Amino acid sequence: MDHAHYRDIQGRRDFFRSCAGGIGTIALHGLLSREGRAAQALESLVPHIAPRAKNVIYLFMAGAPSQYDLIAPKPIMTKWHGTPVPEHFMKGLQDQLMKSTAQVFASPRTFQPYGESGMEFSDFLPHTGSIADEICMIHSMHTDVSNHHPAQLLMNCGVPRFGHPAMGSWVSYGLGSECDNLPGFVVLTSDSGKGIDGGSSNWSNGFLPASHRGVTFRSDGEGVLYLDNPKGVNAESQRARIDALGDLNAHHLEQTGDLEIASRIASYEMAFNMQLSVPGLMDFSDESEATKTMYGLDKDTTTPFGTNCLMARRMVERGVRFVQLYHSTWDDHSELNKNLKINCAMTDQPCAALIKDLKQRGLLDETLVIWGGEFGRTPMNEIRRGNTPGQEGRDHHPFAFSLWMAGGGIKPGTVVGATDELGFQITEDPIHVHDLQATILHCLGINHERLTYRHQGRDIRLTDVAGNVVEKVLA
Amino acid sequence: MRKTTGILAFILFLATVQYPLAMADTPSPPLRFNRDILPLLADHCFKCHAADSATRKGGLRLDTEEGARSLLKSGVAAIVPGNRDTSALFQRITATGDDRMPPEETGDELSLEAIERLGAWIDGGATWETHWAYVAPKLPATPQISDAAWVRNPIDAFTLARLEEAGTGPSPETDRRTLLRRVSLDLTGLPPSPEAVEAFVLDNRPDAYDRAVDGLLASPHFGEKWARWWLDLAGYADSDGFLSDFHRPQAWRYRQWVVDALNENMPFDGFSIAQIAGDLVPDGTIKEKMGPGFLRNTLANREGGADLEEYRVMQTTERVISVGTVWLGETLECARCHDHKYDPISQREFYQFYAFFNNADEVNIDAPLPGQREAYEAAWATYVAAREALLEPVATELADLQAQWEEKAQWAADHPGEGNYHWDRAWEVLGLVWGQSYGEGQLEGTYISRKPIAERTVEERIRLQDYFFARGSLVNETRFSELKVRELVAQIDELKKALPPMSRAPTMRASRELRPTTIMHRGDFRVPGEAVDLGTPEILHAFESDGTPDRLDLARWIVDRQNPLTARVTVNRLWQELFGRGIVVTSDDFGVRGARPSHPDLLDWLAVTFVDSGWDIKALLKTMVLSATYRQSSDARPELRQRDPANILLARQNRMRLSAEITRDNALAASGLLHRAIGGPSVRPPQPDSVTKEAFDQTWVAEEGPDRYRRGLYTFIQRTSPFGQSVNFDFPDTNRACTRRERSNTPLQALNLLNDVTFFDAARSLAQETLGQVTLDQRLDQAFLRCVARLPDETERARLHQFHGEEKERLIHQSERVPDIVGNFESLPADSDSAAWVMVCSVILNLDEFNTKE
Repeated sequence: MDHAHYRDIQGRRDFFRSCAGGIGTIALHGLLSREGRAAQALESLVPHIAPRAKNVIYLFMAGAPSQYDLIAPKPIMTKWHGTPVPEHFMKGLQDQLMKSTAQVFASPRTFQPYGESGMEFSDFLPHTGSIADEICMIHSMHTDVSNHHPAQLLMNCGVPRFGHPAMGSWVSYGLGSECDNLPGFVVLTSDSGKGIDGGSSNWSNGFLPASHRGVTFRSDGEGVLYLDNPKGVNAESQRARIDALGDLNAHHLEQTGDLEIASRIASYEMAFNMQLSVPGLMDFSDESEATKTMYGLDKDTTTPFGTNCLMARRMVERGVRFVQLYHSTWDDHSELNKNLKINCAMTDQPCAALIKDLKQRGLLDETLVIWGGEFGRTPMNEIRRGNTPGQEGRDHHPFAFSLWMAGGGIKPGTVVGATDELGFQITEDPIHVHDLQATILHCLGINHERLTYRHQGRDIRLTDVAGNVVEKVLA
Repeated sequence: MRKTTGILAFILFLATVQYPLAMADTPSPPLRFNRDILPLLADHCFKCHAADSATRKGGLRLDTEEGARSLLKSGVAAIVPGNRDTSALFQRITATGDDRMPPEETGDELSLEAIERLGAWIDGGATWETHWAYVAPKLPATPQISDAAWVRNPIDAFTLARLEEAGTGPSPETDRRTLLRRVSLDLTGLPPSPEAVEAFVLDNRPDAYDRAVDGLLASPHFGEKWARWWLDLAGYADSDGFLSDFHRPQAWRYRQWVVDALNENMPFDGFSIAQIAGDLVPDGTIKEKMGPGFLRNTLANREGGADLEEYRVMQTTERVISVGTVWLGETLECARCHDHKYDPISQREFYQFYAFFNNADEVNIDAPLPGQREAYEAAWATYVAAREALLEPVATELADLQAQWEEKAQWAADHPGEGNYHWDRAWEVLGLVWGQSYGEGQLEGTYISRKPIAERTVEERIRLQDYFFARGSLVNETRFSELKVRELVAQIDELKKALPPMSRAPTMRASRELRPTTIMHRGDFRVPGEAVDLGTPEILHAFESDGTPDRLDLARWIVDRQNPLTARVTVNRLWQELFGRGIVVTSDDFGVRGARPSHPDLLDWLAVTFVDSGWDIKALLKTMVLSATYRQSSDARPELRQRDPANILLARQNRMRLSAEITRDNALAASGLLHRAIGGPSVRPPQPDSVTKEAFDQTWVAEEGPDRYRRGLYTFIQRTSPFGQSVNFDFPDTNRACTRRERSNTPLQALNLLNDVTFFDAARSLAQETLGQVTLDQRLDQAFLRCVARLPDETERARLHQFHGEEKERLIHQSERVPDIVGNFESLPADSDSAAWVMVCSVILNLDEFNTKE
């Protein structure tokens, strides 16, 4: 793109942003596409390549679940159990949290192969085992930082700092939304006692317009912030209020000629539509009992996360581009065995149900699903808590960890990457966080190097200055 | 809503209209390097052919004249002045296949026009210029214009010249009501009262507007409004940021410092020096020492196990980047990991600049509020004596234990993994956790512990001892319980209760021991490179120091009148606040990849005038708001919509949605709810629980009483879950200096204004304040005057009569809704008429006009 052309597109984007910024823009984009005119407006952005998926559901396991006890069996660990880690494993590793004096802690769990692929899962994840042939397991993830919040930011925003847009914001910015009455990027947190460490910095729009920010939905409250009318104002009265307001604003538009007022009117209309549609979205009465049971909504343990999983499916059905679910109690520095049992009981069944449900509805092909945390955990017992049986835990491990992907664009039933006998260092196909991000964008038809935004003098992108699409995980 | 559908169709129509480039980009002969050539080279070539030696390809650099003309390995020069055909650059940009530049795989391409432009420039002699922003501004002559009558001050001559050049002219002056509302919102962030509007409209004196402006500049609300402008740059927040995001209950002292400085019209050079190095000013006052609160807005990680040095380096780096952005408009960050790819700033220079901040440590100081000092100092002496008496029987043994504890903690930190693992993090935790939830300086605990005991102040000894009592038991659990440390602490806590409050403030101080600074390979603190001395970028004016150079010298260098950037960058941001768009639209980047000024001479005139005035902010703002350019109507000009959609020419004022805070302030003020107290700690207005639950275990107990209705400036800023309404209205991320806010327009904003309890309370209050009027028309008059400084016209009147009538009718039949609508407002009768009037008021508070500066 030459300079003038660049300015031209920037100009148009500015025009769009100011003319009908926010979800207004997105909705407008949606309307325009239906009119077949979008190409003129946003052609420079995306798709760069043929998209494999339309939507993303990201199951973010914050706190970092232990790969050794769930999805990455290392049976040979028993050989060293209770002894310090042989030195050669630690070679070249630089990290505050890795203390070579710690003792290897073999997993107390048992594993078994599942499906035709024979992928192994621990006895805490039988439901995930049942979808083994739908997913691609990656054992060679690595990241740059070993503290939760920076690592979560790196995973979500591409840098271990505040201030950059989250992946969902980038996707919303690049692809727009396909629905007029819901935001393009939604975040669902299940109330498991505490919020996520970094809070909303994980779904920040950074320097992108506020319309691309992740909007948190809560299944137990009003869903969207300020969605409910003030007490005493019913739907009829709300409609009348917006009608009167719309007429007065339209009158002012005639007087000033400022098109921003037109988009303000449209944004009130969309707000009203949202008020009408969100309760329907959140009302599961149109779901069969079988579906609800599948997600575990018949049991207290599985209901919070299961509700969010079902909600995520309902959202992508309605065209929400990027749904991110947080389950944030995986940070097991001690009592790992006990805590993993609890967290798996809460999440295993709903995660598997989501994949099966998407598949039976023909949505899995167009929905990319990712399950994983911000880093992994160590093969040793956590050094801080001593070696009391039952008290063992695992520390943070940024150099090798596992996660899985499924759905649109992903090769099902495959395992990618490998680590050494203790899972300390990657031996095959290292995949950095930026590679994962590049791959996710690729599945959506976006070249990660070309989705950029000029900020403080730089053309900034999600993958910072790195990232390679991981061909091995692609179908 | 037939009308709305029609408007959507209208937007669709407009969105498909093609319009030409912004006219600023069309080159007109003769070609000028800065305007026409440098942007092309920067955008298409510098990534591989500029200052960054590590990624430079083919040994060619095009960011310097020398580089572009020197012979390449191939024996030819990239640029041979006067001859495009023998210039390698031109050959390569017109080549096909592998020789083509930029390479095809980059996806980058030069347009035919750009290629021709480069060719013409080479043929014309390839004249070079230093990037405009690196040359100190000189006072330009005011241009000749034909319509001299329109010009009120030199600003107008510059803008009018540009308009006339484009064959058009300015808009008429806006009406007096709109003007007063505009300038009130701009200078104080609050709408004018109906009385002020009427008085201004009736004031026939020729200087009526000047007087109104003077009154606004003298208002204490001026400082509140412009403090927010500055706090965006400072990245101010009331919490740490990372992980648990602990509170910083003392942070507000810096915010108040800014409010006061702006109200007192502290000259901008002094304002700057105080914030960068006020702690180093010889014989500085407490007020000066509080200035570096600016540098304390960096994030902090208090997670046990975080690396002390990693986070200290991160904070120092952020300080460097922030100073670069705020004062120099430079993207120094680009030079952190490698030489800057576009601007002539090397990685070495980044670390030379970094060195100024590498020897600054965080500290909080006693900064008594009026009346606190004497009572505190008197009680302090008593407290110290009582404490010593209490501990006296076991003092020696405690001191001994503490010495062992300090030694072991330090030893373990210096010998990781070698000793008992219980000690592994004691030292880090002392540094990180110190003063947690009080927003005290990080690393201060380790700083004190490194001092020989004899050199520690009484206060330092006591604070470290308190920490030791709370967290040092691992040195000898048995002795701790035998000495009854826990019981002693309880008794000390009792003694502390007798201490009256002493307010503290965050600032910086020079480090005890000088840390050498090195280049960090790829910005990684674990891979130090060559050592560097303090220094400033060579492209800018010379750095001078009387003795050993330090941060204070740097601060003085930044506001030296030879500095080509500081004044321009600052006046540009003040302009941006008033006009919605900077003269340099990239107000964060004055480097070669930044936008060129739309009105270069105007920018320089403002910059030089600003410095000549003694860096007088209020005087500069006054000049701006008194200009005819500022006073223009903001109505759209359809004939310019296609030619100049961004209003670069300033052919009118811009209509702008109010910022997050002013959206709130405006509703509270117009409705009579605003509690106008100035200053004090942050407050927590009501917001939905779902916002606070986003973050780690945060609680948000909404204020009861008048603090519910304070200005947005005072709302507590929790970095990991910022205030819901603020976020909806583009409140910026607080991590980095924000130089310009987005102004989006979303349905979430509509929901916010319609349904948020604060805004509905404003509707109730507005209803209550206007209900005393006899007729509905009189009420409407009052409400409109309060909100939009004018009376409603007939269309508006009729529509609101209709809405009121219909809503009242509904409420008569649904009377159970009435008490909920009127709420707890005592003078608001719970009847259908009042409730319907509340609904009308809420419509008025949602008007686009109300939430916009016209």
